[in-house]
Amino acid sequence: MKTAMPHNYESAAAASRPRFPRRRLAHFTVWSLAALAMLLLPLCFPGGFAIALLSQMGIMIVFALSYNMLLGQSGMLSFGHAVYSGLGAFVAVHVLNRIGAGELWLPVSLLPLVGGLGGAFFGVLFGYVTTRKSGTTFAMITLGIGEMVYSSSLMFPGFFGGEGGISTDRVVGSAVLGITYGPARQVYYLIAVWCLLSMIAMYAWTQTPLGRIANAVRDNPERAEFVGYDTQRVRYLVMILSAFFAGISGGLSVVNFEIVSAENVGAVLSGGVLLATFIGGSGFFFGPVIGAVLYILFAVALSSLTHAWLLYLGLFFVLMVMFVPGGIASLMMKQAPLLAERKFGRMLPSYWAALGAGLVLLAALILTVELTYTLQINSDNGTLVKLAGLDFDAASLKSWVVAAALWLVGAWGWRAALVRVHRAWDEVQAEMAGGGA
Amino acid sequence: MTAALELSEVRKRFGRTEIIRGVDLSIPKGERHALIGPNGAGKSTTFNLISGRSAPSSGSVKLNGAEIGGLKPFAINRMGLSRSFQITNIFHRLSVFENLRCAVLWSLGYKYSFWHRLASLHDARQRADQVLELIGLQRLRDTQAGLLTYAEQRALEIGITIAGGAEVILLDEPTAGMSRSETDQAVALIRNVTVGKTLVMVEHDMSVVFGLADRISVLVYGEIIATGTPEAIRNNGKVKEAYLGATLDGDAGQGAH
Repeated sequence: MKTAMPHNYESAAAASRPRFPRRRLAHFTVWSLAALAMLLLPLCFPGGFAIALLSQMGIMIVFALSYNMLLGQSGMLSFGHAVYSGLGAFVAVHVLNRIGAGELWLPVSLLPLVGGLGGAFFGVLFGYVTTRKSGTTFAMITLGIGEMVYSSSLMFPGFFGGEGGISTDRVVGSAVLGITYGPARQVYYLIAVWCLLSMIAMYAWTQTPLGRIANAVRDNPERAEFVGYDTQRVRYLVMILSAFFAGISGGLSVVNFEIVSAENVGAVLSGGVLLATFIGGSGFFFGPVIGAVLYILFAVALSSLTHAWLLYLGLFFVLMVMFVPGGIASLMMKQAPLLAERKFGRMLPSYWAALGAGLVLLAALILTVELTYTLQINSDNGTLVKLAGLDFDAASLKSWVVAAALWLVGAWGWRAALVRVHRAWDEVQAEMAGGGA
Repeated sequence: MTAALELSEVRKRFGRTEIIRGVDLSIPKGERHALIGPNGAGKSTTFNLISGRSAPSSGSVKLNGAEIGGLKPFAINRMGLSRSFQITNIFHRLSVFENLRCAVLWSLGYKYSFWHRLASLHDARQRADQVLELIGLQRLRDTQAGLLTYAEQRALEIGITIAGGAEVILLDEPTAGMSRSETDQAVALIRNVTVGKTLVMVEHDMSVVFGLADRISVLVYGEIIATGTPEAIRNNGKVKEAYLGATLDGDAGQGAH
C-alpha cells in the first residue's frame, strides 16, 4: 500500500478532474456535520436519560451499519449477527477485568478495538462455515450458529458467566487527561468518537474494490465468478470485516453497561439489528443510521412508557415492509430530486394532510392498544389509562367509542390525503419530465 | 503451436442421459470460430463445460495447453478465458460504468483489496471508460444497468465479457432477440472488440455466422459432425441432412429470431 501511494497522488494531480475535489468536500462537510451534531447533542439534552439514550444510539448505529455490510452491500441475510458483537463484548469484558486486576495495561479508550478484534476472530472462525453458502442456506446456517453460541453461553460459565453474565468496572487505571469514564457523559463521548470513526471506515469500505465487488456479488453472484472473483472468498472477507465492526459495538456496550450476558449473543438482538437496518433502509449507506436511532427510541424510550412497545415496533416493521420496502432512507431519497428542482414545496400541503391523518390513526392505534393492554394484563391496577393528559376508562364504553371514532376519522382522512399526495406527485413528476425534455 | 482452446473426447452426462458425447475441437489462436447446430444439440452445455459453469464427466479441456476441465469459473477466467451469456447476466443495480469497472478489477490486480480507494484507481477507470466507448454506451455511463433496453444490455454483456482483456472470448448467442439493425450493430461491435483475440460463439443467425466466422463447427446430438470453413460447411452433405432432413427445427435458426 505504501508503495502505491506516491503513484496515486501523482496521477491524481495529473488527471485534474473537477468532480473529485468537490465530492471530497461534500464528504468532509457531511462528516464534520455529523461530528458537530454528536458534540452538541448532549449539550442540548443534558439529562441522564437523554445521555443514556444517545449512548445506546451510538452503539446501535455501529452495529446496524456493520450488519448492513452484509445485508445491503453484499446481499447476505444473517439471523445471527449478535454472535459477533456479543462475543466481541465478552472478549472485551475479560480484557477489561484483567486491566482492573492489574494483569494487563491498556487504556479503556481502546477497549472497543479489543472487542472488534474479538468479533473479527469469531468472524474468521464461524464465517468460514456460514459463508460457504449464500442465500437461504446462508441465512439458515447463521440461525444455527446463533442458537449454538447462545446455548453454549450456559455450558461454559467460565467465559460467559452463566445466567448472571459477567460484570465489570470501567473506571480502572489512572485517569488520562482527567478522563476516568466514571461520568456517563465521558462514556458518551467515547462512544461518539468510535461511532464516527467506524462510520467513516465503513463508508470508506464501500468505495474500495472489495466493497464494489460485494455489490456485484449481491446483484449477480454467478457473473462475479465469471469476471474472476471467488464469491465465497468475497462473502468470507466481508463477513470478517463486518464482524470486526460488530465487535467494536460490543466493546462499546461493555464500557457503557459494564455487564455482558447471554442476551448479548441472543436471537432477540440479532432480530433487532435486522429490524433496525430494514426500517432505516438497507439500500442506502445512511439508512441503518436512521433505523438504529428509531430502534433505540422504541426499545429504550418507548419501553419506559408502555409495556406494549414490542407490539408497536412489530406493527411499525410490518407496515414498513408492506408499504415502504426500501425503508425510511428510500422515502427520503425520493424527495431529493424534488428538492433539487425546488418542487418540494408543491408536495408539502398534501404531506401535511397525510401527516395529520396519520397522527389521528396513530392516536386511534395507541388508544386501542393501551385500552386492550389494561383490560387484559394490567387490570389489577384498575382500568384507568392516562394518555396525553386525558383519562380513559377501559371499562366504560365511552373510551372505546372515542377509539372507534378516531379510527374512522383517521382512515377517511388518510385515504383523502393519499389521493392528494398521488395527484400532487404525478403533477410534479410530469412537470419535471416536461422541463427535462 | 498450441491451440488456444482444445477439447478432446469431452463428455457430459446428466444422470443416465449423455448430452455431450465425445466432442473433439481444436481452435488455433486468433481464430473466429462459430458453433452451430439445432436446438438441444448441446451448444450451451459445451460452453458451460469450457467456462467452468459445469464440469465435464470425462475428457480434457485445454486453454493454451493448460488443463482447465473441472476448474471453477473464476479460476478459468483468471487464466484468460471470458464468456457471455445467452440470457443477459449483468449487475442490475450497479451503473453501466460500475459494471465495467467490476469486470476489470481482477485483471488489473486489485483482487479483494479494501485498502485502495476506487476513485484513485485511474487505470481501472480508464479501462472501464475505454470499454464503455467501445460498446457505445458513453451517454448511459451512470444509468443503472437494469434500466437499459434489451439491446443495450446485450452490448453491456459483451463489454463485461471483454473488459478483463481475456485472450479467449466465448459469446453465447450474442444477437439473440435482436432486430436486424441491432444485429448489424452487434456484429460490428463483436468484430471490433475481438481483433487479435480468439473468439468462439454460439449463434443461430446464419448471416452472423457466415459474416464473422473463419471456421464453423456443427454440433448435432452432442457430437461434432463437421468442422470447416463457411464454404465447406455450406456444401457439406451431413450438415445439410442435419439441418434440412431429420431435424427440421434446426432450420428455425435461419430467421426465427
